[in-house]
Amino acid sequence: MIRRFAPWQRVLHWLMAICILAMLFIGVGMVSTIKPIYLTLVSIHKPLGIAILVLVLIRISLRVNYGTPPLPADLPEPLKLAAVSSHYLLYALMIAMPLLGWGMLSAAAYPVVLYGGVHLPPIAPHSDWLHTVLWNAHFCLAFTFFALILGHVAAALFHAFIRRDGVFQTMWSLSGSDKG
Amino acid sequence: MPETRQTLPIGPLLLIAMIIGVAALAFAYTAGWLSPARVSPARLVDAFTPPGKTPPLGHRRNHAKGICFTGTFEANGAGSELSRARVFTRGSYPVLGRFNLATTDPNAADATVRVRGFGIRFTTPDGQQWRSAMIDAPFFPVATPQVFYAMLQASGSKDPNAMKVFAAAHPEFAHFGAWAKGAPWTASYAEERYNGLNAFIFINGSGQRHAVRWSLVPEATPVAVTPDDLAKRGPDFLEEDIAQRVANAPQRWTLILTVANPGDQTADPSKAWPSDRRAVNAGTLVVSKIEAERDGPCRDINFDPTVLPVGIRTSDDPFPAARSAAYSVSFNRRTAEAAHYPRTATTGATP
Repeated sequence: MIRRFAPWQRVLHWLMAICILAMLFIGVGMVSTIKPIYLTLVSIHKPLGIAILVLVLIRISLRVNYGTPPLPADLPEPLKLAAVSSHYLLYALMIAMPLLGWGMLSAAAYPVVLYGGVHLPPIAPHSDWLHTVLWNAHFCLAFTFFALILGHVAAALFHAFIRRDGVFQTMWSLSGSDKG
Repeated sequence: MPETRQTLPIGPLLLIAMIIGVAALAFAYTAGWLSPARVSPARLVDAFTPPGKTPPLGHRRNHAKGICFTGTFEANGAGSELSRARVFTRGSYPVLGRFNLATTDPNAADATVRVRGFGIRFTTPDGQQWRSAMIDAPFFPVATPQVFYAMLQASGSKDPNAMKVFAAAHPEFAHFGAWAKGAPWTASYAEERYNGLNAFIFINGSGQRHAVRWSLVPEATPVAVTPDDLAKRGPDFLEEDIAQRVANAPQRWTLILTVANPGDQTADPSKAWPSDRRAVNAGTLVVSKIEAERDGPCRDINFDPTVLPVGIRTSDDPFPAARSAAYSVSFNRRTAEAAHYPRTATTGATP
């Protein structure tokens, strides 16, 4: 019997998976068009980014509290290293991307509108070079993030279909306790 | 692993590769990489620079020449009938803006540019902003952003007939041409009427909605000057004139909100509404200080017409979205190119 992620960890994982994938598609989609949907997508992108930032902070606290199921003992060391480091990178991006987006809007002196009259304060000074640095980082890391997610999915399916080692089941399915 | 190697699980590997491949393709499609015909904001901005030419590095890609102003908007309260935005409640609100010329050349001689523009940002104590970019033409040359893109492509084309072909296909363009040819020129930014052109939806305190277009009507009396006379003046006569006028006395405009009648179209800024539409005087814009753009406060502000306070929304006019998308690209590019347009005051460099 394998230990699974705690139910709340699984719920948050799948909720954030939907949010982050939507976010990345909205991000590349919105900057590809001049049609009116541009404004709709931008108006979703900002509050959704902040929602992801809040969710990842909750998720990290859950992780600190519950920990993670151990990786299979027979998983080769390079794969273990890849698994651990890619998860740190994913967490880093979940935190960095919303902050970079918020920061680049601040550095451009745009109002950071969540909804209607609800605004966030600027977190960076108005500066052209700072805007450029943050914008470039937000742009490049978005593609890094998507590539990492593809790798994450491929690895999960590798565990599920090829190794069949139970790793996939630690996160799959929202039902049941943390004993698989 | 010590166990004997099994045959490669081709089926599962293919399945995984397919899932990842489909996801990557969907992403590429969404990003427009598989759709060379999609008018992206970057392509629209690129079209301002004809093939083989260099864009105005460090400057706005259009309306590239300009000068900053600051001042106040003195709201008289009358606009509250139409919109619950704070900027219309009686009071004085700081504004920042930019007089500009509709040219892609930041060094164009002022007399050579037909269309003059005006960017403005209103800020209210509730933290909200209203940004607008207007021009002195009474209507826009074309009906949709896609046609605007076609117009840029035609004007940048090497084919000498491209503009003729374009104009023949889009009769509204001739209407604009007639304005450009026949409308009087003035010798001052202060004598121009600046028109928002795009229709927006104003929502008042009781939730009622009205389609509105706005204009800034000058207090200074326009004096017609022939283009030949203007051509004899210095290349920056408009900037020198506005700096001199504002140094002498604040310059004023009245903010007029023009309300559509039920049934008036709101989607096409190339068609003005009939002149009898109700007009609400919402207050006075006072321009009290002029600063050169290079070190001025308007330089790194994007006058994105979709930065709106609560109480104003976009309508079915497709231009504000397209402008917002394109202005953003222009802003990202020029702020990244600041080294090509260096500041003087803040660097403290020795001569």
